[in-house]
Amino acid sequence: MSNFITEITPNRPVYTDNDPQGDLTTLNLGPTHPATHGVFQNVLQMDGERIVSGVSTIGYIHRAFEKIAEHRPFYQITPLTDRLNYCSSPINNMGWHMTVEKLLGIETPKRVDYLRVIVMELSRITDHLICNGILGVDTGAFSGFLYLMEEREHVYEIFEEICGARLTTNIGRIGGFERDFNDIAFAKINKFLEKFPPILKEFEKLFNRNRIFIERTSGVGAVDPETALSYSWSGPILRATGVDYDVRVNEPYASYQDFDFEIPVGTTGDVYDRFILRNEEMWQSLRIIEQAMEKLKKEPKGVFHADVPEFYLPPKEQVYNNMEALIYHFKIVMGEVDTPKTEVYHAVEGGNGELGFYLINDGGRTPYRLHFRRPSFINYQMYASMSRGMLLSDAIINMSSLNIIAGELDA
Amino acid sequence: MEAAFLIEKILLVVVLFVITLTIAAYSTWAERKVAAWMQDRVGPNRAGIFGLLQPLADGGKMFFKEEIIPSGANKWLFIAGPSLALLTSFLGSAVIPFGQSIELFGKTVPLQVTDINVGILYIFGVVSLGVYGIMIGGWASNNKYSLMGAIRGASQNISYEIAMGLSIIALLLVTNTLSFKELAEQQHSWHWNIIYQPLGFLIFLVCAFAETNRVPFDLPECETELIGGYNTEYSAFKMGAYMFAEYINMFVSSAVMVTLYFGGYNYPFMDQVNALLGPTWGPLVGVSVMFLKIILFIFFFMWVRWTVPRFRYDQLMDLGWKVLIPLAIANIVITAIVITVVDKL
Repeated sequence: MSNFITEITPNRPVYTDNDPQGDLTTLNLGPTHPATHGVFQNVLQMDGERIVSGVSTIGYIHRAFEKIAEHRPFYQITPLTDRLNYCSSPINNMGWHMTVEKLLGIETPKRVDYLRVIVMELSRITDHLICNGILGVDTGAFSGFLYLMEEREHVYEIFEEICGARLTTNIGRIGGFERDFNDIAFAKINKFLEKFPPILKEFEKLFNRNRIFIERTSGVGAVDPETALSYSWSGPILRATGVDYDVRVNEPYASYQDFDFEIPVGTTGDVYDRFILRNEEMWQSLRIIEQAMEKLKKEPKGVFHADVPEFYLPPKEQVYNNMEALIYHFKIVMGEVDTPKTEVYHAVEGGNGELGFYLINDGGRTPYRLHFRRPSFINYQMYASMSRGMLLSDAIINMSSLNIIAGELDA
Repeated sequence: MEAAFLIEKILLVVVLFVITLTIAAYSTWAERKVAAWMQDRVGPNRAGIFGLLQPLADGGKMFFKEEIIPSGANKWLFIAGPSLALLTSFLGSAVIPFGQSIELFGKTVPLQVTDINVGILYIFGVVSLGVYGIMIGGWASNNKYSLMGAIRGASQNISYEIAMGLSIIALLLVTNTLSFKELAEQQHSWHWNIIYQPLGFLIFLVCAFAETNRVPFDLPECETELIGGYNTEYSAFKMGAYMFAEYINMFVSSAVMVTLYFGGYNYPFMDQVNALLGPTWGPLVGVSVMFLKIILFIFFFMWVRWTVPRFRYDQLMDLGWKVLIPLAIANIVITAIVITVVDKL
């Protein structure tokens, strides 16, 4: 068995010290390594500090979400999506709601769309905050991370005000939100819009022109657009290579077409470009939220869900006192509602890229088959081959800037 | 050798030992407080007022933790590593003059454990020994991450010692002495060497960061890449010994920098102050000035640590060999030329 590998081929590492490996050594990067930010493993073959080849092992926290989803009514799948990319759960929630709305042909009022946009952009900010902060930590600069974490806390307070939860939000319902945003939530959003820009500016000052940081990150993990597209990359890391693909613009959803914002693109696709691009996206997200807050003022107050009684749970008082509401409540909970027998694909721009939901429906209360197009999973496929020839330190910051979230990687 | 001399020296050693330990212990506290201050946090505040008992609590915890020696590790070397690191870090402070000779109970006591006439060489020797602690510990752990940390530590320290030595040579051209005592005396009042050797000081400062393995040169530890580097496998007080050694090294290198470039215990108008306060209290002011300078340097170490990212391994080597060493050599040449020209005039 130990003579199985006769010569060392690229991306085919030896697994034990007993295997013949010449001057090379095998290094297990993970499953529990401070830099993996989650549970996944890379078996690297090292020539000193340089990586000769590597193999990624995933699936440590695979929870079979796609299979579980086949046994759950549509509205019960939302909590599963929370646990994909848990740094930006609301985007996943909204994506799923919009997929079901697409299946059922529900038109949501503009106010719902704008509320959704606010929530989604806030969670995009939290996602990018984590990614860029952690990149700082992985290069050795810890303070910037904590500046940003405080701001993430403020966003989580907004989520808490909207839906009661912070991390795994389960925010919204099919057709809209379970309740309207209260005044405190709006006040907190306004406060965040006011307080966040100086902090982000300070963070950029700390990194953007820091000589050590630039030397560490520029040129690391550079990818050309063709390769990135051939690996089906999406999101910030694809845009960093210079491809201006953003689902919010290319296939607008939730009335993104009403907003005026820019899609930043990079040139080289290296870690530095990704870092700058994520920072810039946060500025754009702030712009979108500001516009949404303006637009909300013109919309009728109190509208927070579409009028779809057969899918949107009625308030409890009505269930107890009103026959129609009671019937709909029963039908929704027992899954007696007819759904179209068709298949839909809906994608949203998640924190890491195009988060797609491919739903095949057989007319029942549960999906026949549901597939999550998880950007982390797809973006991660290139990691092992990218790492070849890199120094260990480069491979680690490359991993941070791909923003691999273990929950989304393994689903 | 008379008994009084021995007692005097032993007392001085004990006092210095206690001061070094206290400063190292409170550096850990200060590090956490400074970090907290820079990161908008509170920092330790549970143990005692302002968390001042935190170092004691940490030390106690370290003593009572379970000692784990990994299977496959070389037991003796595994213990020898941190011991050596701690031991060598203590040795450095022996040659540093902390003040002018002070008159106590009718006796003149020099505030320096020993004035070796090659004090600078002694410091270099001791500092180079320090890397053995890292190498032995990292190698004995039987862990690849530890080994990589040890290798990084060894190559880093060796590379930066060269630049450090070269930056000192330029200083020696100016001062003509290797004795710390004479160095301190030459910098009387405001004649600090930093005025004559600004570039040399910068090179020395960068090298001091590298020698103490502090950010941006903390590659041997490098938590996010090598988990803990050479001390990945260490637990309990052996881990504490490594940490302690790092802080003592920081103290010693701050003291060396202060003595070499920032006048040691000297400060402007010290003659007037000494005349005013007499031979007992006058030098004590000098001692406090010395410690103030050291504390400022330690703060600078921490300030840098919580601000900048760390280098990559090859960039570190590039900086050492391709930037610092040529700069140091240029500094020597320039200094030599200037000295010759000034002498001729």
